[in-house]
Amino acid sequence: MIRVVLPPHLRTLAKVSGDVEIAVEGHVTQRSILDALESRYPMLRGTIRDQTTQERRPFLRFFACEEDFSLESPDAPLPDKVASGAEPFFIIGAIAGG
Amino acid sequence: MSTVRVLVGTRKGAFVLTSDGKRERWEIGGPHFAGWEMYHVKGSPVDPNRLYASQSSGWFGQLVQRSNDGGKTWEPVGNKFVYDGVPGTHQWYDGTAHPWEFKRVWHFEPSLTDPDTVYAGVEDAAIFRTTDAGQTWQELPGLRGHGTGPKWQPGAGGMCLHTIIQDPSNSNRIYIAISAAGAFRTDDAGKTWRPINKGLYSQYIPEPTAEVGHCVHHVAMHSSRPSTLFMQKHWDVMRSDDAGDSWHEISGNLPTDFGFVIDVHAHEPETVYVVPIKSDSEHFPPEGKLRVYRSRTGGNEWEALTNGLPQSNCYVNVLRDAMAVDSLDKCGIYFGTTGGQVYASADAGDSWTPIVRDLPAVLSVEVQTLP
Repeated sequence: MIRVVLPPHLRTLAKVSGDVEIAVEGHVTQRSILDALESRYPMLRGTIRDQTTQERRPFLRFFACEEDFSLESPDAPLPDKVASGAEPFFIIGAIAGG
Repeated sequence: MSTVRVLVGTRKGAFVLTSDGKRERWEIGGPHFAGWEMYHVKGSPVDPNRLYASQSSGWFGQLVQRSNDGGKTWEPVGNKFVYDGVPGTHQWYDGTAHPWEFKRVWHFEPSLTDPDTVYAGVEDAAIFRTTDAGQTWQELPGLRGHGTGPKWQPGAGGMCLHTIIQDPSNSNRIYIAISAAGAFRTDDAGKTWRPINKGLYSQYIPEPTAEVGHCVHHVAMHSSRPSTLFMQKHWDVMRSDDAGDSWHEISGNLPTDFGFVIDVHAHEPETVYVVPIKSDSEHFPPEGKLRVYRSRTGGNEWEALTNGLPQSNCYVNVLRDAMAVDSLDKCGIYFGTTGGQVYASADAGDSWTPIVRDLPAVLSVEVQTLP
């Protein structure tokens, strides 16, 4: 299972607490994680990536294993530790606003 | 006895304020969607327990929430707003061409006849409609595509479609207003639209009497006189008696004719309310005195309503969708401020009391009068 850490507002929206665990079929990439996440929690559609262009929303970033994957291809494989569930995939909101 | 439900959208959540018909004691519900910008919450006139709420944030974009029980519980519904065809460009602040980009829903206007049909006014300016209770949204592209779109440009708050008014006597007629493009009308249920800005004079645009480009802040109508419209423009309070075909100024003796809100008494179609704001560079009441102005003559002659409102050191703003009226026999008037106060008057404006004082900045106020 893949572990995903959501920002607090999205946890509230999805009615979950703590990490989310989801099953991902095939290669573990940003896209496959987000596809699985949105499939299980449809209320998250549009909140992390644009529903039409599939582009990451600009005030969000993707981290894992202490690396920033935000600017990587959404189809690039993520580290094995993410795929194995040893490390979570972080969706982080920018520290901005009031 | 009737009850009153006030739906308040704020910068950090939505609140539902309820009272019996006396409007003396209020229960404060919320915050709903705490931490999110709630631009607008509005109920269906057909099914008052059916509410629609616009929830958005700079981080997570737009969500639409629907309630079927008067705001006790909510569920997210469709939030996919896609412009019809190639969106094209409008003017940016500096006059350069800028692509149309969806940012948020400013205003929901539920249908007068069907609780599942709702119009949405969005930024960048366009009108969308759902006929399945918010599951899916389709643009009415005739507005944005009627020809003047490339000349529209954003006001300070963005290029928003903020006002939608349905004519209760003619289901094919809808009025909308955009900052900064102006007012528009359809007479064929949204297929085609035309600008209705004749008589507006805006000295801050290159051609002050242009067909489009006016920064209309809000428009109000009394349901018994659907061809009479009242407008708070950026500067100037205006009136039309021919469904927007022509406008004339009714600012009269107002201390300043800048402002955002405008509304009409529920039972007196010639009684109009505005909240004058000092200027477009100083968004607070003149002299630090929060005053609602009422005209009982359809404009030009205005009286200051101050009883219960702060008359010194008040520097809040009242945003364009933040005034509403109830329909009780003694008409209630409500408005919210950027300081987080929601003021109510149970006597048509003669006296005011804060329902609540310390909410986040208020973006919108709507009122439901329930049997």
